[in-house]
Amino acid sequence: MAGIFTAAAHIPYLKIERKTIGGAWERGGQKGCRSVAGSDEDSLTMAAEAAGAALEAGGRDGVQALYFASTTAPYREKATAAMLATVLDLGGNMETLDLGNSLRSGLGALKLALDTADGGKVLVASGEKRLGYPRSDQEQLFGDAGAAVLVGGGDAPVAYLGGYAVTDEITDVWRTQEDTYVQSWEGRFVTGEGYLRVTAQAIKGLMSQMGLKPEDIAKAIIPAPDPRSGMGILKKTGLSQAGEAVDSLLETVGFCGTAHPLVMLAAVLEQAQPGEKILLAAYGDGAQALLFEVKSQPVLPAVSVPQQLESRRAINSYARFLSFNGLVEPQPGEPFRLVPSATVIWRERDSLLRCRGSKCQVCGTAAFPIQRICDNCRSVDQFDTVRLSSMAGEVFTFSRDNLAGRPDDPVIVQTVVQMENGARFYGLMTDADPNQVDLGMPVKLTLRRMHDLGGFHNYFWKCRPVR
Amino acid sequence: MGSIKDKVAIIGMGCSQFGERWDTGMSDLAIEASSEAFKDAGVGPEDIEACFFSTVYAPMGGTGSSAAADALKLRDIPIIRNENWCTSGHIALFEACMAVASGMYDVVMALGVEKLKDTGYAGLGMGRGMNPVLEARRTAPGSFALIAKRYFQEYGLSNEEGKELIGRIAVKNHDNGSRAPKAHFHNKVPLEKVLAAPVIAWPLGLFDCCGNSDGAACAIVTRADMAKNFRDDPIYLKGVGVAMDSSMPHLRPNFDWIHFGALMNSSKKAYEMAGITNPREELDLAEVHDCFTITELAIYENFGFSKPGGAIEDIRSGFFEIGGGLPVNIDGGLKCFGHPIGASGLRMTYEIYKQLQQKVDNPERQVKNPRLGLSHTFGGPPQISAVAILGNEKG
Repeated sequence: MAGIFTAAAHIPYLKIERKTIGGAWERGGQKGCRSVAGSDEDSLTMAAEAAGAALEAGGRDGVQALYFASTTAPYREKATAAMLATVLDLGGNMETLDLGNSLRSGLGALKLALDTADGGKVLVASGEKRLGYPRSDQEQLFGDAGAAVLVGGGDAPVAYLGGYAVTDEITDVWRTQEDTYVQSWEGRFVTGEGYLRVTAQAIKGLMSQMGLKPEDIAKAIIPAPDPRSGMGILKKTGLSQAGEAVDSLLETVGFCGTAHPLVMLAAVLEQAQPGEKILLAAYGDGAQALLFEVKSQPVLPAVSVPQQLESRRAINSYARFLSFNGLVEPQPGEPFRLVPSATVIWRERDSLLRCRGSKCQVCGTAAFPIQRICDNCRSVDQFDTVRLSSMAGEVFTFSRDNLAGRPDDPVIVQTVVQMENGARFYGLMTDADPNQVDLGMPVKLTLRRMHDLGGFHNYFWKCRPVR
Repeated sequence: MGSIKDKVAIIGMGCSQFGERWDTGMSDLAIEASSEAFKDAGVGPEDIEACFFSTVYAPMGGTGSSAAADALKLRDIPIIRNENWCTSGHIALFEACMAVASGMYDVVMALGVEKLKDTGYAGLGMGRGMNPVLEARRTAPGSFALIAKRYFQEYGLSNEEGKELIGRIAVKNHDNGSRAPKAHFHNKVPLEKVLAAPVIAWPLGLFDCCGNSDGAACAIVTRADMAKNFRDDPIYLKGVGVAMDSSMPHLRPNFDWIHFGALMNSSKKAYEMAGITNPREELDLAEVHDCFTITELAIYENFGFSKPGGAIEDIRSGFFEIGGGLPVNIDGGLKCFGHPIGASGLRMTYEIYKQLQQKVDNPERQVKNPRLGLSHTFGGPPQISAVAILGNEKG
């Protein structure tokens, strides 16, 4: 039976204290902080960060399909999974599929992967960046994150044992095609007749089907939209002990929609012990519950969830929070002189999206982007391409540019990076405190949304400090 | 490679007032600079057989050379536009010199015009090149500032010591600008003010960055053997060196941001043609590309004015100040005279031309009995450099 090789989460570098949001409205703030996607992050880039980490840990060979799940995909019409497969530098002969619209699509994508992996590997990736109405509780409770799970055949260290699904029509939480913000019906109805009733039905169904008692479950991952509902579902299913063994991440990250079960799963696998049974559930117009057993310790991503939580920076301004989410339009800065072109990005996708540079077959000189003629020995078309996004790098030189940034994110660290293969990457640094940057600082490359020239999203790579 | 030393002479030059010329259009700037040049040379537009025109920010597509033709009513002659970033003015001069040296033309014009202040914003905008993402959010100060940290590291300067060192270049160029009536800025600034100014691209502060200005400059060029038919004191081209490089030298594994092949090779070619072996001693003055103070520092060493690391002592001892061993940017440089991109190379050459004729517009900045002067521009990310060496005696 199929199982999980590894899972990874991407928790954005930025966070905001909930009292900062509440304070802006002269009201109380809830406990803790929430994660905030940077001004250059979206559901695709957050999923890409997590998926890259999962592939590094679990191995990139043999990935035959990639499923992307989000209710906040960058495009309404255009496949994010195909873009994701490209920026992860996976092969072209593979299946890619976007799933969306439901907060259950993340777990649904995982179930689909488990059902279809057969002998190969399937990568499930999710990113979420939902907007709560300004001043609403959801504005404080939501979080932004990405997650990825690498699924495969029989020898996977975390075995899939079975699942149970319930479908249930209810208008409790929704967004129409026109809505910017998540809407919801009256709270008691949403929680009682929606989340609690249906999630419990799926979990109880699974336990009964598998002949399990609550004490058989070591860890119960049951994402909840708020802490109170989270306590409620554990009580209702008798899984308090197994549920409390798991960090809901609500106090430090917030509820990350359809990505949330996978983000929690990544955090739980970091502590999983062989022999433990893990229950994983998700709710949204129905519910689904899956059961896993840890056979052996999976290979984990290089950077753990707690490490990510500890290496964040707080933004102390609600105005910037709104602006990063595109909800206010700050004063324009320096204009762009670049010409947007879908053709150029398509033609140069090996460099621009796959992050491949060239290495001369004659003299070994490495370069990025790909150069047809070697700058050192002038050999023509004699090169191999190499992926830089998996490599380590360090800062060779930098400047802190006050002209180049967005008005809400004004300092850009212009950076020249020395990659481990000798190539140089010259670009922008992100996810950094500009004042902490110095020569020799270890960095990694990360895909980010650069700008929206031409009416479409223009992605490219930046560097960021290793977290 | 051959030589055109002493084969070409400049017989007239003009330079507009530089600055924020809100009431002056591109045509007006061209008329202002060329009228002075015509008067200086004693010729008129009817005598011009070819025009080499440099401008960077005028639309590259769909305008051709009409900006020069329309303004000056030039017609029936070749007008050839070039855009080579900050070196464009020098490239126009280079083309003009080649055109007469070839024997094809007797009298030609090099004209550089840039109208930066019609855009509605203070900087030059962001991003470079044709690629929609590769050079996104790249600015001129952000690119040149990358030199600083490497230089500080190489020579063991703390950030504070490094900032003070380049700050002294700003103080010098502001002092020089105060004696140049056509310059954009005339204010002297003390070092404390330079160091306390807002950061533009760390470590570059406001006073480390040149002015964003409107301006135009023009040269009338002829064969050296004809020059005395026009005036008694023509200025001769002694050496010229142009070196362009891939826009990505920084992608080379050994590129160190301290040594620039374009700077070293362009100056070497110009020195060889001019017969200069020790520029520090033989040059009487130089106008070099101080788009940012750190750029001027890098040029001192790449041009052999200072030995590697020696710029530190030369700056501190005032070697490049007026009255020093080799005055550099005596008219205020790009820093204070201003930097209308396509005009700058010709403006810097204008200063050398007037100095060598001992006819600068303010005698307070006249160098005593100069014989040889150098003008230079450096552009791109940076990777493109052009040098002209002029002398007042035909060899």
